[in-house]
Amino acid sequence: MVTQAELSVSLSGITLKNPVIPASGCFGYGAEFAELYDLNMLGAFSFKGTTLAPRYGNPLPRIAETPGGLLNAVGLQNPGIEAVLARELPRLAQYYSGPLLANISGFSLEEYVRCCERANESDQISIVELNISCPNVHGGGLAFGADAACAAKVTAACKKTSKKPLYIKLSPNVTDITEIARACEAAGADGLSLINTLLGMRIDLMRRKPILANAMGGLSGPAVFPVALRMVWQTAGAVKIPVIGMGGISCARDVLEMLLAGATAVQVGAANLVNPYACKEIIEELPTEMERYGISSLREIIGAAHR
Amino acid sequence: MDYTVLRNNMLTPNIFELILHAPGQEPPQPGQFVNVQIDGQYLRRPISVCDWTHDTLTLIYKVVGEGTAKLAKLRQGTTLNLLANLGNGFTVQKHRGYALVVGGGVGCPPLFGLIKTLRAQGRRVVAIFGFNTAADIFYLDRFCTLCQDVHITTVDGSTGTRGFVTDALPLLPRRPAALYACGPMPMLRALYDAAPALPPGFAQFSFEERMACGFGACMGCSCQTKEGSKRICKDGPVLLKEEIVW
Ligand SMILES: Cc1cc2nc3c(=O)[nH]c(=O)nc-3n(C[C@H](O)[C@H](O)[C@H](O)COP(=O)(O)OP(=O)(O)OC[C@H]3O[C@@H](n4cnc5c(N)ncnc54)[C@H](O)[C@@H]3O)c2cc1C
Ligand SMILES: Cc1cc2nc3c(=O)[nH]c(=O)nc-3n(C[C@H](O)[C@H](O)[C@H](O)COP(=O)(O)O)c2cc1C
Ligand code: FES
Repeated sequence: MVTQAELSVSLSGITLKNPVIPASGCFGYGAEFAELYDLNMLGAFSFKGTTLAPRYGNPLPRIAETPGGLLNAVGLQNPGIEAVLARELPRLAQYYSGPLLANISGFSLEEYVRCCERANESDQISIVELNISCPNVHGGGLAFGADAACAAKVTAACKKTSKKPLYIKLSPNVTDITEIARACEAAGADGLSLINTLLGMRIDLMRRKPILANAMGGLSGPAVFPVALRMVWQTAGAVKIPVIGMGGISCARDVLEMLLAGATAVQVGAANLVNPYACKEIIEELPTEMERYGISSLREIIGAAHR
Repeated sequence: MDYTVLRNNMLTPNIFELILHAPGQEPPQPGQFVNVQIDGQYLRRPISVCDWTHDTLTLIYKVVGEGTAKLAKLRQGTTLNLLANLGNGFTVQKHRGYALVVGGGVGCPPLFGLIKTLRAQGRRVVAIFGFNTAADIFYLDRFCTLCQDVHITTVDGSTGTRGFVTDALPLLPRRPAALYACGPMPMLRALYDAAPALPPGFAQFSFEERMACGFGACMGCSCQTKEGSKRICKDGPVLLKEEIVW
């Protein structure tokens, strides 16, 4: 039988008891899931994308179904970093004491830097995950993530400020993700998270109008898994820093594929929304799936498909 | 939780009554909803609870797209995975006089459970139900047994008062003590403007929005209110008149 220790992985010196991390935006600040199961079984947790000022986000409707997934155009609704530090994190501390990724987004270099400064003050935060890839807000996020020079600039500025390991969350909506990945690595990133959502749309045939009020939105869910896996494979092959793989993961086998492609840990997003127990079930399935494929320790298989 | 289909009855050519075996369920609050997993559809479908006993749950749904078309094909004995007891339903207020309950189309089902609860607590109920046409009407005799009075409106005038639910407001004997409403957005909006003023908390409106999770995690359904943003799935679907922003 596979033991606890053999599920564990490590990100920048931080030990995760297993590689499964709920992805930003699909787990809120934890409260809704803490009612359902003990969050301390998670490898880590990435909270909802947070900005310096509170944001309502985009107009409704923000959600559309797609084959094997969904489009979202939430537009970074969040209460702002001060409210997160003052209210959400103390509440989260009541039911979760594991590693925490602070998912941070911004509309200017200064905003990213100020958020990193504020994140320095919380002992609960283990890693800052810089979201430079939100496709749902104009002039923000993706504006930094779509260009290697901009990505490097925001990485370097935040690296100077942040006392926490700095992970950059990359967009798949680019021609060559490895170019951006290498630029972030060279600018001092401690790790990379990918992929954020793929830009997409749906049209309501009755109304002859886009379903989403924002017209376009980010696609995620099982439909994107092969694309995400390919990008994780390419990126892990191009950089030496750890990669957190995500996009369409819905079962333990998907986790194993991501690790084989070179991810050190994984995030699970949309799956939590259709099955609130998804992360718990994936973690519980892992030992059986590892045994089935003759894997005795997860650390051994990271990037093994490249060798 | 898994539920078993006991019956899936056709009420009108496109409206169905789904009765599920639900042993050990926590009794819902009227106005709450369930989120139904449907084979081959990625997102669950939110449907209001219509009626319940200690071991059954009744949903009424209209076939409008892929998901509800699949629901209509479910046979007796099929298992269905539901996330249940979702959202913040109607709060039954104490008052003299009568409660006015207003429904439009498939906004009527959640009002059935509400009216049962109101009656069990001794409230008198007058209802106005709006439909497009006489052929769309369902559950009328059941509503009539529970209510003091039921007014029907149809857009084409095929039965009852011609027009919208607001056209039946002048038929009310006197001012209601409370108002509970569920229906399409234009109906809620018109009612909001036309309904008599009531004390805070005594006018409650149930909303629909496209949802991903249905339990408050994704901000997919978050709308603006006078009290800040609220998630229709978690803080709603029922909002108080005082907090609504159109
Ligand atoms: C809280 C709540 C309670 C509801 N209660 C009832 C009820 O008791 N009876 C009933 O017939 N209908 C009810 N609805 C509407 C019902 O959810 C939709 O008709 C249904 O989701 C349509 O699914 P479909 O696959 O047939 O349509 P499609 O158009 O194929 O669905 C595509 C996507 O859009 C979403 N969608 C489409 N229409 C709506 C809508 N009006 N509201 C929310 N999401 C929508 C679907 O959930 C799905 O994600 C309720 C909606 C909400 C939000
Ligand atoms: C509703 C929703 C909201 C999201 N919000 C954020 C966010 O605030 N910040 C972020 O970095 N990613 C956000 N994402 C992207 C996810 O974290 C993840 O990168 C993406 O969904 C791919 O994984 P999945 O297919 O498992 O969902 C969001 C995704 C969804 C579906
Ligand atoms: S649908 Fe996810 S928060 Fe309401």
